[in-house]
Amino acid sequence: MICQGNGFIKKFNVQGRNFSHAGIVSTKIKEILEEIGIAPAIIRRAAIASYEAEMNIVMYADHAEVILCLSLSAINITFKDKGQGINNIELAMQEGYSTATDEMREMGFGAGLGLPNIKRNADKLDISSSPGKGTTLDVTFYLNGKK
Amino acid sequence: MKLKEIKEILEADLICGENYLDVEIECAGGSDLMSDVLAFGQPGLLLLTGLSNIQTVRTADIIGANAVIYVRGKKPDSNGIELAGQKNIPLLSTKFMMYKACGLLYNHGLAGVERTIKT
Ligand SMILES: Nc1ncnc2c1ncn2[C@@H]1O[C@H](COP(=O)(O)OP(=O)(O)OP(=O)(O)O)[C@@H](O)[C@H]1O
Ligand SMILES: [Mg+2]
Repeated sequence: MICQGNGFIKKFNVQGRNFSHAGIVSTKIKEILEEIGIAPAIIRRAAIASYEAEMNIVMYADHAEVILCLSLSAINITFKDKGQGINNIELAMQEGYSTATDEMREMGFGAGLGLPNIKRNADKLDISSSPGKGTTLDVTFYLNGKK
Repeated sequence: MKLKEIKEILEADLICGENYLDVEIECAGGSDLMSDVLAFGQPGLLLLTGLSNIQTVRTADIIGANAVIYVRGKKPDSNGIELAGQKNIPLLSTKFMMYKACGLLYNHGLAGVERTIKT
């Protein structure tokens, strides 16, 4: 994660499989960005990407640490989870690919749209994963220009 | 179209948010799939849905929806209603099913989400 010097940093924890709490951290991140006065269009993209990442943690991982880092030029959010990991990232990034269970689908998720939607909303997305260990998503939104 | 007109057209009950009945709604979308709502929703949306879990309210907040209407007489539980109160999102419930609820609103001139899907 790139988070130079005098930025604002805040850490959160996300519990896997806890559907009733799913989305709380993204909602909090959205509130923080609103308080700081970030442009609404950027907040919206960051909120959507965070929510998709948080739902994935709840659906597929055991737990995760989320780090929000704000500098003058960018919002950077890292989602570092411990869990099953992703075997084939390229496949997971494809629209429509999903290993969601019926329970997740009944809740309105599992269409295989989350990772592509994160990529579409972010200015920069890095994903790394170790199968059996966990996945890290590093998402950046630039505050001045670009996208 | 104002939310209160929508409420009348759908003969809907207001679950919470009586202060928002004068909000102007410019477009609507109906889906039970929050994945789709997150990918194709737009700010200011009126979301019609047949799901009633708390994720419907969270999703509405995240995409900046103006209101949520539950079809088939559904209603979220107290946690969902409380969250909607905190987030200033009015919730309504209509007894009509999804197709009819959307059709009635479309007939009255409420536009759908404008989005060209890249192929
Ligand atoms: N943090 C993660 N840990 C393990 N596997 C993951 C993680 N995130 C995504 N995946 C895998 O990648 C697949 C695609 O993810 P994506 O978010 O695009 O779709 P989805 O979560 O299945 O459905 P949707 O996001 O539309 O609700 C998932 O079904 C899952 O197999
Ligand atoms: Mg997902």
